[in-house]
Amino acid sequence: MSKFLHTYPNIRSFRQALEQREFSVQEATETLLAEISAQKALNAFVDVNPDLSMTQAHAADQQLAAGNSSLLCGTPLAHKDIFVTQGWRTTAGSKMLADYVSPFDATVVQALLKAGGVSLGKLNCDEFAMGSGNEHSAAGPTLNPWDQTVVPGGSSGGSAAAVAAGLVLGATGTDTGGSVRQPAALCGICGIKPTYGVASRFGMIAYASSLDQAGVLATNADDLALLLDAISGFDPRDATSIETCHGQPNAPGRILGHYEQLLDQYAGDKPLAGLRIGVPKEYFGDGLNHDVAQAIEQAIRQFEALGATRVDISLPNTAYSIAAYYVIAPAEASSNLARYDAVRYGHRTTQYGDLQDMTARSRAEGFGDEVRKRIMIGTYVLSHGYYDAYYLQAQRVRRLIAQGFQLAFKDQCDIIMGPVNPTVAPEIGSVAKDATAEWLGDIYTLSVNLAGLPGLSIPCGFAPGQKGQPLPVGLQLIGNYFDEARLLAVAQKYQQVTDWHSRRPGAAS
Amino acid sequence: MALTDSDVTRIARLARLHLTDNEVPVLKDELNQVMGLIEQLQSIDTKGVEPLAHPLSAISDIGLRLRDDLALPTNDEATRDELMKNAPARQAGVFLVPRVIE
Repeated sequence: MSKFLHTYPNIRSFRQALEQREFSVQEATETLLAEISAQKALNAFVDVNPDLSMTQAHAADQQLAAGNSSLLCGTPLAHKDIFVTQGWRTTAGSKMLADYVSPFDATVVQALLKAGGVSLGKLNCDEFAMGSGNEHSAAGPTLNPWDQTVVPGGSSGGSAAAVAAGLVLGATGTDTGGSVRQPAALCGICGIKPTYGVASRFGMIAYASSLDQAGVLATNADDLALLLDAISGFDPRDATSIETCHGQPNAPGRILGHYEQLLDQYAGDKPLAGLRIGVPKEYFGDGLNHDVAQAIEQAIRQFEALGATRVDISLPNTAYSIAAYYVIAPAEASSNLARYDAVRYGHRTTQYGDLQDMTARSRAEGFGDEVRKRIMIGTYVLSHGYYDAYYLQAQRVRRLIAQGFQLAFKDQCDIIMGPVNPTVAPEIGSVAKDATAEWLGDIYTLSVNLAGLPGLSIPCGFAPGQKGQPLPVGLQLIGNYFDEARLLAVAQKYQQVTDWHSRRPGAAS
Repeated sequence: MALTDSDVTRIARLARLHLTDNEVPVLKDELNQVMGLIEQLQSIDTKGVEPLAHPLSAISDIGLRLRDDLALPTNDEATRDELMKNAPARQAGVFLVPRVIE
């Protein structure tokens, strides 16, 4: 595994080293690009452009010399291949966009560049972000740095693997049904998705627009606070972007300000005194692996030792989230992916008859099996005679799920905790060929997207994999709308007294 | 009510996805497995529950934001070419497709 970032395990220590002239941004960038190239077997990166990275590094060095105060200035980052980027190819993990180069940057990409971040390239993911193991990528699977025979999770699998392997300090991801939190959990790192509408979707290749939300991945909660704050903000180019969060402008500074205020408040030897942690009984049902459950229980006890109170709660509609999600997401996907018509951009087949035949054959060649399946399901549930029975009914169930969370937050608890995934990372190629088997693992993450709430995943221990090897377990923290800073501050307190987030693959675990 | 081969063919046509004869039964099985999973939605009592489209409308009234109706300058030729450079076939500022009108 990469050694350079082991010495500088977080953004603040990296920044301090830059200020003390231990190395320049350009030197760090060069070193990391070499490590990325040496770690090609991981298949985390799908495109690098050393010239462009070095140009950004040079600019960051100049900004630092001129006294730039952004903590992110010079930070090595990389972007999930769902965000469009000028200069780097953007494929969304699909043959459909194999040669696509965007004429513009996504708002999230632009925001991190403006803060001085240096992009080292584009990261592998499931095709159009549809998948839970990074196995549905036209670029092939990404391997998990903890054990190269297991999946890194998905769909932001390349993002999680790159951070866990120490190739970057932070990465962007997207989370439609758990695609930031789940790979973070399976790779032993941290990942957060904010409240729906906090980060711009402009330039983020659409999968299911009412669920899609950008997020960030890093090794620790403090780094996530810095990165998430930078990518948050109202964007007029995203129709569902939020202008104000409980009266405060949606802009950089809101999350970080709230986070610092909470850290001041969480002081003493019982820093979390007064914090009520809701533990939903539905998250500890039959499907949950016993060793994963133990790691989660132990983590919750650690929060109690920090002063928090455990409250047993119920989210009765949790079981329905899979059915509701797999109606709504495919419906929106079938509509969003209709844009790939082989006319304006994207793959075009060589042999075809009329216009419609050209589109249909190009789409059949360009889309992989999982994407094709979801487009078919979505088209069916939206078709005449089925719209009310499936799509509208799923949206009604969606409201029930959102109301369930609001009831819990109203007078039972301040945050909710539970597992991210029912198991540790499965072996590559091991998920049953049943058309829905892979989806069932999403049970603890989907309802957060359906409700539009913020969700965080942090490492909290290890459990044996299929071969008995120790693999990381992730704890999920779910907050009320716009309360992402509380999740991060609570996690930061946990990480001050535990070292799960400091464990690295390759070292003894 | 299981989907038939002809249902699958009809859905594929609506979705503009070309299927070979061999693929139809495979997809039919997959789709029927998925329908088995989502069928449970029918058993949930949602009487009087409004469908939720925008997640934040769970806590407040969310309307679609409209932008001002402003006339904006059109792109010059160089910008237009830049925006069209990913097209599989183009010529003189137009996208090329098979003949539509005989």
